[in-house]
Amino acid sequence: MSLKVDQDHSRFRQIVRGKIRQNLRKYISQGELLGRKGKDLVTIPIPHIDIPHFTFGEKQKGGAGQGDGDVGDPVGGDPQDGDQQGNGKQAGQGGGEHNLEVDVTLDELADILGEELELPNILDKGKSKIVNEKDRYTGIRRVGPESLRHFKRTYREALKRQISMGIYVKDRPVIVPIPDDKRYRAWKTQAEPVANAVIIYMMDVSGSMGDEQKEIVRMESFWIDTWLQKQYRGLESRFIIHDAVAREVDRETFFHTRESGGTMISSAYRLCAQLIDDHYPPEEWNIYPFHFSDGDNWSMDDTLLCVDILKQKILPRANMFAYGQVESPYGSGQFIKDLREHFGGDDRVISSEIRDRDAIIGSIKEFLGRGK
Amino acid sequence: MSEFALKTELPAYLRKEQDRIETFARQEGLDFFPIVFEILTYDQMNEIAAYGGFPNRFPHWRFGMEYERLAKSYEYGLSKIYEMVINNNPSYAYLLEGNSLVDQKLVMAHVCAHVDFFKNNFAFRATDLDSGGRSTDPVRRPQGYDPNRRWIDKMANHGSRVRKHVGRHGINKVEEFVDCCMSLENLIDVHAPFQGRRRLREEDEAPQEIPRLRADRPYMESFINPEEYLDAQRAKMAAEQDKAKKFPEHPERDVLAFLLENAPLERWERDVLDVVREEAYYFAPQWQTKIMNEGWASYWHSRLMTQHVLDASEIIDYADNNAGVMATSNGRLNPYKLGVELFRNIEERWNKGQFGKEWEDCDDLEVKRSWNLRLGLGREKVFEVRALYNDVTFIDAFLTPDFVIEQKLFSFGWSNKNERFEIDTREFRAVKDKLLSQLTNGGNPFIYVEDANFDNRGELLLRHDHQGQDLRSDYAREVMKSLVRVWKRPVNLSTIIDAKPAMIRFDGKEHSVRQVKS
Repeated sequence: MSLKVDQDHSRFRQIVRGKIRQNLRKYISQGELLGRKGKDLVTIPIPHIDIPHFTFGEKQKGGAGQGDGDVGDPVGGDPQDGDQQGNGKQAGQGGGEHNLEVDVTLDELADILGEELELPNILDKGKSKIVNEKDRYTGIRRVGPESLRHFKRTYREALKRQISMGIYVKDRPVIVPIPDDKRYRAWKTQAEPVANAVIIYMMDVSGSMGDEQKEIVRMESFWIDTWLQKQYRGLESRFIIHDAVAREVDRETFFHTRESGGTMISSAYRLCAQLIDDHYPPEEWNIYPFHFSDGDNWSMDDTLLCVDILKQKILPRANMFAYGQVESPYGSGQFIKDLREHFGGDDRVISSEIRDRDAIIGSIKEFLGRGK
Repeated sequence: MSEFALKTELPAYLRKEQDRIETFARQEGLDFFPIVFEILTYDQMNEIAAYGGFPNRFPHWRFGMEYERLAKSYEYGLSKIYEMVINNNPSYAYLLEGNSLVDQKLVMAHVCAHVDFFKNNFAFRATDLDSGGRSTDPVRRPQGYDPNRRWIDKMANHGSRVRKHVGRHGINKVEEFVDCCMSLENLIDVHAPFQGRRRLREEDEAPQEIPRLRADRPYMESFINPEEYLDAQRAKMAAEQDKAKKFPEHPERDVLAFLLENAPLERWERDVLDVVREEAYYFAPQWQTKIMNEGWASYWHSRLMTQHVLDASEIIDYADNNAGVMATSNGRLNPYKLGVELFRNIEERWNKGQFGKEWEDCDDLEVKRSWNLRLGLGREKVFEVRALYNDVTFIDAFLTPDFVIEQKLFSFGWSNKNERFEIDTREFRAVKDKLLSQLTNGGNPFIYVEDANFDNRGELLLRHDHQGQDLRSDYAREVMKSLVRVWKRPVNLSTIIDAKPAMIRFDGKEHSVRQVKS
C-alpha cells in the first residue's frame, strides 16, 4: 500500500544520501558494506537531521527528574528526550543526535557510487538493443496537458468538492469542475535492459597474495558488481582462481581460498576464453573480464602467452578487459608493465594499480570511468 | 474528511465499547467534543503520527524522517504507538489494529479525557478558528460551546497551499524556505491569542504646539516663557517624537508575526511563513499543558477502567499496561506519572480540606497528618484546575514539599568535575524552580524583536532575554542565517555569553560576535 508519507520519506532519503556521499570513501575502505549474500540490503547508521532553533546550551540546562539516588549521583539519559524511547544516550552529549538505521538498497548505493565517482552510464556499444524504453502511465497528478485529463478522476474531485461545499443538488446533479479539480494521467519512462552482461572475475591466489590483498579484491569486486548490476538487469558473475593452474569456483570459494603455489596467469586467461566460448556468445552478452593479481608471473614466456590469448580470444569479444594489480610485499609487479607495453594504445585494456585500501576508489574510477 | 478518507471505521464490537465508555465518562462529568475513532494498521498509524496526527500536512522531509524513526522502531519492536488523538471538533482518535480489547478500551477511556481537556482547558481556546484568532476572555464561554476547530481541514489546506507553491517554484526552493521558517517556529508568543486586538500605532497625536507656562499678562510673556525655556521644550518634544519613531514601538515577542508583517517577502514566501506560524500556534497549547493533559487522561482512564469498564478477568492485563505507561526510568520525569499523581494529590487535599490559611499556618506535623475536614471538594477542584491552569501554573500552585518527597523528585545539573549530569538537590524550592524553568515558554528562550532599523541601517535587532542560560551558539548561528534569509538585511542578536553581554551579528556572509559594554 502506498502512503502519503512516501514522498516525504524519499525526500529525506535523498537528503541523507547527501550525507552518505561524503562518507563514501570511508565506507569503501573500511569494508562495512559486505555480507550481501542473498540479502538485497545493507544497513548503514546515519544521524538524525536536526532543524536548528534558538535553544539553550546543554551544560547549563539541567532539569528536574524523578527517582532514587543521592545528591551527586549521575542522572541517566537526557530528560529532554523524555518521551522518546530508544537507545539510552549518554547525558551531556550534543543534543538531537539519535542514530537512525537507514537501509539503502543496492540500486541506491550504485546511484551514490555513480554520482560520487561521476561514472558515466555504460554506452550502447552497438549490440542489438541494449535498452528498451517504454512510457507507462503509472499515476495521477494535478497538472498536465488537457489531452491527458483523466475524466473520471476529475469528475470525482469535482463531485467531492461540491458535496463538501454543500452546493451539490441531488435532484439536479450538475457537476462543474474548476481547475483545481482537474486530474491528469502521469507517466514514467522505464528503461528495460534487454541484453545481459557477465563479469568474469579472475584472481591470483598464489603464495604472494595475502589476506589483505584478497580483502582489497573483495571490496573492489563488490563495488564493481553493484555498479554493473545497476546497469544491466540479469548480470551474471563467474569466478576463476588460479595459481599455476586455473579453475572455476563459486563466490564463496573465490573469496576464501587459501593461497599456495606459483603463478601462471595464462591458465586463467585460457579458462576465461573457454568460458566465453562455451556460454557467452558476444552477440548476446556484454562481457567484462576482471583480473586481479600481484603481478608476479612465473615467466616471461607465460606473459607473452597471456598477451596472445588476450589479443586473439578475449579482447575481440569483451567490452573491455580490466587488470587490477594489488601491491604485495613479495610480488615484483612486473605484469602490469608488460601489459602496458603491449596494449599501451589500446583503450579496451584498462590496468590499474591498487596500492592499498584507499586506492580502491580511484581504481574503480579507472575501470568504470570510460562508460564501456 | 470522514466520508472520503481512509476506510477505517470502527468494527461493531468496538463501537459498542465506545458508546459504553462515553456514557460512563459523561456520568462522571466529563464534557467532550464528539469523538471519531478510526482503526489503523501500524503503517497508517506511523504515517499519521509522523504528520503529528493529521492525515494531510504540507510536504516536508521532516515528516519523512519522523516516519522512518517510527517505522523502524516499530519494526524492531522498540516501541509502538497505542493511541493518538487530535484537538479537532469533532476530535479524531486512532486505534491500532490488532491491539487487545483491554488496550483498546483503555485508549478509549484515555481519549475521552483528552478531548474533555481540549474542550475545557483555557489554553486550547487559542485554537478556536471562529474566535478570529484572538480570544480575550479565556475562561467564559457561551452556552452550548461548540467552536470551529476544523484543523484537519485547515492543515490539509496548508498542504495544498504549499504544494501549489512547490508546483510553481520548484521543490528545492520552497523546501529550503520551509526549513528556514521551521528553524524560527519557536519564536512565537503563546500569550498573543489572549491579548485582544493588537493596538494600532497612534499616529501623530502628539501636540504640535509647544507647551508654555501660563502668563496672565501679555507683557509678562517674554519673562515667564523666555526663549531658552521654549528651546528646551522644543528639544524635549523632538526627543519624544524620535522615540515614538522607533519600530517596533514595544519589543515584539511574536517574531514570526513581525516578520510576516514587515519582512520583504515574496507572496509565496509570506504564505509559507504564515502556514508554519499558524501551525506553531496550533501546537503550542499541547506543549503548554503536556503534564496536565496526560495526567488528566491517565487519572480518568484509571478511574473509568477500574470502576466501570473492566471485568475481573481483564484487570491484570489492564494493570500491566497501566504500569508500563506510568513507569519512570533513568530518573526521567514521566509527564503521565507526574500529572496523574498531582491531580490525585489535589483531589485528596481538597477532600480533606488541606488548604488555605489555617492549613498553611499549622506547624504541628501530627495534626497535619490526620487533618481531615471532610469537605469533599476534591472532585470539584480537579475539574476547576483542568480548566484554568497550564503546566507552569499547575506546578506553581499545587506542587508541595510533601509531594516532592513522596514522588522522589530531584533537580540535576551539569557537573564540570565529573563531566556528567548529576543530582543537585532534593530541596523543594530548588526542584520547583528547576521544574518551572524547564516548562516556562516550553523550554524555549525568550526572544524579542527590539528594533527593525538598527543603527539606522534597516538591520534587525533581536534581544534574548537572558534568564540564566546561554543560547546554544552553533544553533543560534544557523538560526541567524534563516533570519537573514527572511529579513534580507543583516541581523543582530543581543544576548549574554559567559556572563558578559554580547552581540552576535550575521551579515549574510559571516558571523561576528562582539562584547558589549552595558
